[in-house]
Amino acid sequence: MSSHIYDYLDGNAAAGELAKIFAVDVTAAEGQCAHCGATKRFAEAHLYMQCPGVVARCAVCEQVLLRLVSIRDRALLDLSGMTYLSLDTSQSEQPSK
Amino acid sequence: MWHVGKVIALSDETATARTINLEVLDWPGHVAGQHVDVRLTAPDGYSAVRSYSIASGAHSEGRVEITVERLPNGEVSPYLTQELAVGDRLELRGPIGGWFVWRSHQTEPIQLIAGGSGIVPLMAMIRSRASAGSAAPFRLLYSVREQEAVFYREELRALTNNDEGVSLTYAYTRVAPKDWPRPPGRIDTTLITNATWPSNIGATCYVCGPTSFVEIASSFLIASGHSPDKIRTERFGPTGDRK
Repeated sequence: MSSHIYDYLDGNAAAGELAKIFAVDVTAAEGQCAHCGATKRFAEAHLYMQCPGVVARCAVCEQVLLRLVSIRDRALLDLSGMTYLSLDTSQSEQPSK
Repeated sequence: MWHVGKVIALSDETATARTINLEVLDWPGHVAGQHVDVRLTAPDGYSAVRSYSIASGAHSEGRVEITVERLPNGEVSPYLTQELAVGDRLELRGPIGGWFVWRSHQTEPIQLIAGGSGIVPLMAMIRSRASAGSAAPFRLLYSVREQEAVFYREELRALTNNDEGVSLTYAYTRVAPKDWPRPPGRIDTTLITNATWPSNIGATCYVCGPTSFVEIASSFLIASGHSPDKIRTERFGPTGDRK
């Protein structure tokens, strides 16, 4: 049995913070890793929160996809680890049931 | 963006977990599997935000239910599970998340796998299935320490009667009831093979639990032939009071 210590969550855990910035849900968005080219849903990214902000890493190559730091009224967002993010804008207002 | 929820009922699920029923007048509605951020603010202005899965199904107008597990050194969960009283108010942000969700128009077979308090968003899916009158066949594999640690036990019993189209398998990790067919232990490939849908029927799988549990359960699903594209996961862990 693996003794690996898992110290990450997943992209879902960043959704609340990202909802302050994006008008649509980011967890279902598809993004491409700028390092290895893997294309995955943001919810599948590995999320590290034991730092001043949040860091999302690619689930395939573990390189940094996104960094977000919020201090008082300012948010700093670094998306340089993703070549693109494809967002579904059809449900930007109400969740469908 | 922040809503105010008034506590209208509290009920203990286990010795360490409590369900909090909130009335949120301007709640926009949610989909099963989504979560909310809860913000507590101290008199000195210090605030802490934690994310909790929504336990109540879709179609619960103006109501949000969360179940919170008390973590021994938690900053927020001891307050929510021990001090919060009916009539108190909480700040909520949400609903959040559009990936780890089940919508009632999905008709394919559904495999749910819960590790401990990972049952919460999956319970929202089972409740939504019932309230929508959905006929989608569900299976739930619920890995839990012991019987006393099971959330929603009576309701799960009622919703997983044979006629309901939802089957339930408990897997105990520490203490199994007397005469239980499987000795207590962590989930393994045999259990995954026996208790989940065959991989060739195209079930969508939802796995929720601590990160280590999610990693193991989803690797077993993939090993037994399930497509990684059909597996959706939600992890929670020691980095916050999540769930």
